[in-house]
Amino acid sequence: MSETFVDTGTETGTAMVPSFATIRKITWETDDTFTLIIDAPQVNGLPFSFKPGQFNMVYAFGTGESAISISSDPFKKSVIAHTIHRVGTVTSHLSRLKRGDMIGIRGPFGSAWPLDKAAGKDVCIVTGGIGIAPLRPTIYSLLRKRSEYGRIIILYGARSPLDLLYRVELEEWSKMPDVEVIVAVDRGDSSWKGHIGVVTNLFSYIKLDPRASIAMVCGPEVMMKFTIEELQRRGFAQSQIHVSLERNMKCGIGLCGHCQLGPKFICKDGPVFALPDVQYLLERKEL
Amino acid sequence: MVLQSGTKRILKLTPDGLEQILDVLHKIGFETIGPTLGNDAIVYETIGSIDDLPQGWTDKQEPAAYRIIKRNDQAYFGFNAAPQSWKRFLYPPDRTLFRIRRKGKGLEFMEQEENTAELALIGVRPCELEAITIQERVFTSSEQRDDSYLAVRKKLFIIAVNCTSSGGNCFCASMNTGPHAKENFDLALTEVVNANEHFFIVEIGSETGLSVIHDVESAEPTEDEVETAAGLVRQAESQIRKLDLDTTPKLLSANLEHPEWDEVSKRCLACGNCTMVCPTCFCSTVEDTTDLSGKLAERRRRWDSCFTLDFAKVAGGNFRTSPRSRYRQWLTHKLSSWVDQFGKSGCVGCGRCITWCPVGIDITAEVQKITGT
Repeated sequence: MSETFVDTGTETGTAMVPSFATIRKITWETDDTFTLIIDAPQVNGLPFSFKPGQFNMVYAFGTGESAISISSDPFKKSVIAHTIHRVGTVTSHLSRLKRGDMIGIRGPFGSAWPLDKAAGKDVCIVTGGIGIAPLRPTIYSLLRKRSEYGRIIILYGARSPLDLLYRVELEEWSKMPDVEVIVAVDRGDSSWKGHIGVVTNLFSYIKLDPRASIAMVCGPEVMMKFTIEELQRRGFAQSQIHVSLERNMKCGIGLCGHCQLGPKFICKDGPVFALPDVQYLLERKEL
Repeated sequence: MVLQSGTKRILKLTPDGLEQILDVLHKIGFETIGPTLGNDAIVYETIGSIDDLPQGWTDKQEPAAYRIIKRNDQAYFGFNAAPQSWKRFLYPPDRTLFRIRRKGKGLEFMEQEENTAELALIGVRPCELEAITIQERVFTSSEQRDDSYLAVRKKLFIIAVNCTSSGGNCFCASMNTGPHAKENFDLALTEVVNANEHFFIVEIGSETGLSVIHDVESAEPTEDEVETAAGLVRQAESQIRKLDLDTTPKLLSANLEHPEWDEVSKRCLACGNCTMVCPTCFCSTVEDTTDLSGKLAERRRRWDSCFTLDFAKVAGGNFRTSPRSRYRQWLTHKLSSWVDQFGKSGCVGCGRCITWCPVGIDITAEVQKITGT
């Protein structure tokens, strides 16, 4: 097959080709985690629009792509935020970029948190580490239509006080009526007056009515495993629990095969699942 | 495609008639690709005439063994599944997805000019035909399609060849994919060769097939000739290996902790050969690079294998480190979760994974051990 390339002058991509976006702001959240705020590009010639829980494939020029959840407010259409943990070559490259530089994005891909199912219910959000990033758009959405939902409970675990993301916002959210934010860290420091230990310990500080609640869980798989157990102990049915999963992704659209978990493609069937759809798969080691 | 009523569906063709078909295809502008002899194997390559076909050759296939040997007749298609399938023509092993140029602070996307060759595939076996249909479903059934597959597929002209003998590792009969091609071809040949005669019975499968064969010298076969050809194809149905198409998907997913997974992983080298020769395996990875100036970047997509160690690796860890888990992923995906994902098994029974496994692991034997069938 011959390969001829022509200049198009275009910056808008498709599902397989990135759209280009200019970095408007970079905020370092912690020592190794930063938030890129980019001007929302057009995709397929249409304005960018996403649902809480969806992700983009974020492209660093010449280095590659990473699947990164969208962490901004879905109602603010002009910008997109990605909170990124610097761990590999792509995320390191992204971490060195400056305001005005361009990145590529493909997306938004994947399933969303079930905000419709949450209507009229208490929402219990349990997250660990960078798992809070894909839930931030959900929190924004819940707060924006506050009267449509019951209490909002946010349980958040991080390694240390310095590893906490969105500290200012957490503080603001905690002051809102009927919003409870409880944070735990694995290791405290001299200034830390909050809880120490795993996030599941925090369940003893809250009251949950399992019949009128929905749980959204995102974090390391081991943290999610114990959170699910704890929720079920407290009377949550599997169908009231939703999780967001992470797997290796190359294409983001169910064509490359990397993200499979049993019959599921995490990229297009997930990343957000109702627990009954994946519990039997998560119970298997190395599936 | 629907045939016009009154169209004769079955014709008889001499080898010279097949040559004329190639001529017609060339005149229309098709590149004809068919089996040739290369590197002591049957290799699908561009062919100019029927003289390029491996006439008089056959192959002998066993677990971990492949040899070509001379036949005692002059059959053009007297062999079974070639090492490589037709996959690479529709889904190239290495394809540039895009190039991006740095322009000042900005980036600019360079579009690939679509220049899809029109390919005529000569000698596609029924199992391979089904494999093409399966991959078409994989690449085009979801919301986000890979249009490059469809671009080639839409323009394909396919001459299927029914199998008149089965290879040592074939199990198409139990997978319901062969040895007789039922649909999705333009023309389908059954080759009859004996001491007295050498001809093809041709079934016409599409309008394009009909128009291509229209001006080619052909005859109306006698009932005996049609029956002779059909009898040869029936012969090929007798195969040693088999899989139970109905029970396998459920029984595999119900036996994810069967001890045989440990046993087979002691023999499996996790080399990925099975996935490379499999006509339906579709996994890929991408590689991003720049030129030396750092101003031009490209992304290439390459075939990947679920047997590679980093296939399921993420920044925080690796979901499948053991060969056991990787073999299990391959087998259960192919035969079980594929059905959940795409409505049909991902296996066509071509036997390539048995032939080209360096240690001769037999997928049908493994399934029997794991499912107890």
